Amino acid sequence: MPSTREIRRRIRSVKNINQVTRALEAVSASSVRKAQAAVLASRPYAQHAYDVLVNVAAQSTGVPLHPLLEVRPEVRCIAVLLITGDRGLAGAYNANIVRRAIRFVEQYERPVHWITVGRKGRDLIRRYLARLERDETAPSYLRDQRIVAEFSHLPADPDLGDIAQIARVVFDEFLTEPVDEVFIAYTNFINTVTQQPRVLPLLPLRPFEARSREIMELVEPEPEVRYRNRDYIYEPSAAAILNEIIPRFTELQILQAIRESLSSEHSARMIAMRNASESAESLGGVLQLEYNKARQLSITSEILDIVGGVEALRQAEED
Amino acid sequence: MPLEVEVVSRVRRLYHTDRADMVIIPGSEGEMGVLPNHTPLLTTLAFGELRIVEGKDVVSFVVYGGVVEVRPHKVTVLADDAESVYELDMGEIEAARKRARDLMAESPSEAQRAEIAQDLRRAEIAARVYSRVQGRGQRVRSLEDEES
Repeated sequence: MPSTREIRRRIRSVKNINQVTRALEAVSASSVRKAQAAVLASRPYAQHAYDVLVNVAAQSTGVPLHPLLEVRPEVRCIAVLLITGDRGLAGAYNANIVRRAIRFVEQYERPVHWITVGRKGRDLIRRYLARLERDETAPSYLRDQRIVAEFSHLPADPDLGDIAQIARVVFDEFLTEPVDEVFIAYTNFINTVTQQPRVLPLLPLRPFEARSREIMELVEPEPEVRYRNRDYIYEPSAAAILNEIIPRFTELQILQAIRESLSSEHSARMIAMRNASESAESLGGVLQLEYNKARQLSITSEILDIVGGVEALRQAEED
Repeated sequence: MPLEVEVVSRVRRLYHTDRADMVIIPGSEGEMGVLPNHTPLLTTLAFGELRIVEGKDVVSFVVYGGVVEVRPHKVTVLADDAESVYELDMGEIEAARKRARDLMAESPSEAQRAEIAQDLRRAEIAARVYSRVQGRGQRVRSLEDEES
């Protein structure tokens, strides 16, 4: 049985932890409301924009109407834009999306250029790459991976200006050799308790065809193109419109993915911290009980000592 | 068959209807009326007034750039920014206009100049749309009416 002082120390540290998790929970709860409002408000635009993009892309069979629509016959190398948080203490949030992205690239069997957003993603991918380096049995397409760009410390409410650089890197990667496809791995926000890590094809824009069932399971199909029209009238001209909307809409998709991820991160952190607070509270209760027992025990034994001592003295007197 | 029309800006969804008779779009190449069964079209938006005609009512918005996709039975307006005419506040518009003019007078840098010019254009378009709507004297339905 640990001493009462020992238990008291543990109670104190559990209480401290409880205070920290409570504070973090409160902070996340207020960010989550803001982030949720932002993500839900911009979702309709992003979805419609995506719809229009896919429709335009579906038209361009043969000669691509825009360089970002170019479907290359052979995929030599892919880029993955991985969106994670800068900080931990968000439950399995960061681990989940990174695990999904890694599972995806292992199935896809192509060399990867990673573009990471968020410090946690960068660190986890670095660790993964280091592990691969040591592993001599790893296939060559896996060993041929690197982080080409990393971003962190995005503002709490990012807008197009904040992600312009990320988008530029994505476009550059796709437009220069040897990257032939770009994917985006992010966490889709469903509600406060449910977030869904997903991998989406980003470039080139076209209905995605997976090569195998395993990949199919990992990559979200694009929203179905219900309206397949082959000929739009473009005003002023196809080139002018596509030059304007394709890069901009693609940027918006990236921004929306980041917003979804931010919302998910705050929610995940809030839930994780709430669970931690609850555990801390129940642990505190258990410890308090133990402390009371230990205290009672020591008092009882002290009384027994005294009573025993008194008894011994009296007997000595009687004798 | 009536038209379905959806107006969204980058920050929110402003309006949706599936019984419009006509949409008048401020395209970058000029104003354009779209009736049901219009041929598919993709155009960029200028700054201006977007009108949705529904029977006797006209729902009116100010849009500030963006893209419109027209399908035979659906028009999707993806505005960079937009507001309902009902949200326009002449006092605020005047203030914005004055602010932009004052800033312009302080000989700003090239980059700032473009931004201020944009704000000024915005305020001027909003003012023009506002007075035009007032001048028409037609019943302009607000979004609140729509909800009730």
